[in-house]
Amino acid sequence: MITYALWFAATCFSVALLLNVWRIGVAPGVVDRILALDTMVVNAIALLNIYGLLEGTAVYFEVSLLIAMFGFVSTVAYCRFILRGNIIE
Amino acid sequence: MLGRILNRLFPHPQLTAFLVLIWLLLVNKVTPGNVLLGLILGIAIPGITQPFWPNRPSFRRPLRIASYLLIVIWDICLANITVARVVLFRPNRKIRSHWIVVPLDLNSPEAITVLAGTITMTPGTVTAMLSADATCLLVHCLDAADPDAVRDEIKHRYERRLKEIFE
Amino acid sequence: MELLAQIVISALLVIAGIFGFLGSYGLLKLDDTMRRLHAPTKATTIGVGGVLIAAMIYFAVFQDKISLHELLITVFLFITAPITANFVAKAHLHRDVKPSELPPTGGKYGWAAYDSVSPDKQPIDTD
Repeated sequence: MITYALWFAATCFSVALLLNVWRIGVAPGVVDRILALDTMVVNAIALLNIYGLLEGTAVYFEVSLLIAMFGFVSTVAYCRFILRGNIIE
Repeated sequence: MLGRILNRLFPHPQLTAFLVLIWLLLVNKVTPGNVLLGLILGIAIPGITQPFWPNRPSFRRPLRIASYLLIVIWDICLANITVARVVLFRPNRKIRSHWIVVPLDLNSPEAITVLAGTITMTPGTVTAMLSADATCLLVHCLDAADPDAVRDEIKHRYERRLKEIFE
Repeated sequence: MELLAQIVISALLVIAGIFGFLGSYGLLKLDDTMRRLHAPTKATTIGVGGVLIAAMIYFAVFQDKISLHELLITVFLFITAPITANFVAKAHLHRDVKPSELPPTGGKYGWAAYDSVSPDKQPIDTD
């Protein structure tokens, strides 16, 4: 039962990632692209954890923690660049 | 004398405790060595960063904080169902989006930050901006029949509780 | 016990998958940047939170490893999601929206991205 649920969730998040790629491609503005990239990071974390569950290992959690941190910092850096013209003042 | 030394060692006692906890969660094993290493970090980091935050934020009434957290978690679950319903079943032209201005009674920066975060995570609202003199918040509401009711709910449900916690 | 855990984990995974998908679908379907901001901040965050909680229960029940890592990631995502949303909203308002399109603050000063009390002062000064 868990395997089916895992494959279902993996399909959902994969389709979500594809939708994000589409949004990045045809976004109406640069802010939407940032939003899509941020969503992509979060979806990638979910997909990675589902893969970890399928394999039955817990090694992917460190990876997802790092991805979460980099995703957050890069989104803030993009937005700050748009807001202020530079990142570190 | 002892008080002064303790004060020197732990400028932010809550931060120290929090750092030890986070370290133990990160290494995922509770051993005396890890607790010691966490304690060293918990003393070193507040010591180094002390110039950045000279005054201690005051947290009182842990029970109220817990009840606030439970309310917020419950509201996050409701928020998702609300947003999912709007995304799935409402055609775009029928979505009634509004800007709402929420006047603030809170003064401390921590309280305003927590309120802004709460508003973003709860049903159909996102905090967009603070006014230049920090007296009101600009909130975007995804779908509401009555914007004033949303504003009153924010003030009544979250701000009143935060005022009790922080002030 | 095992069966109950299986049901709970499966339900969490299915719900998380649906919400994760809805977050990205909303990003495409809604028609205004501020509206689009609502979908990923809420739905995607709860989606990934659901997956992580399911993983935590799975490892605790089936492999007897109690690990709280997942909780750490979940809490991190829940704390950073409002900050990201706020930054994206500010960037959008800064780039694409004029101050006259927003409601007035009702006070002496305007919104923080367009106005300031004095040039070198932040909206909230801690001193």
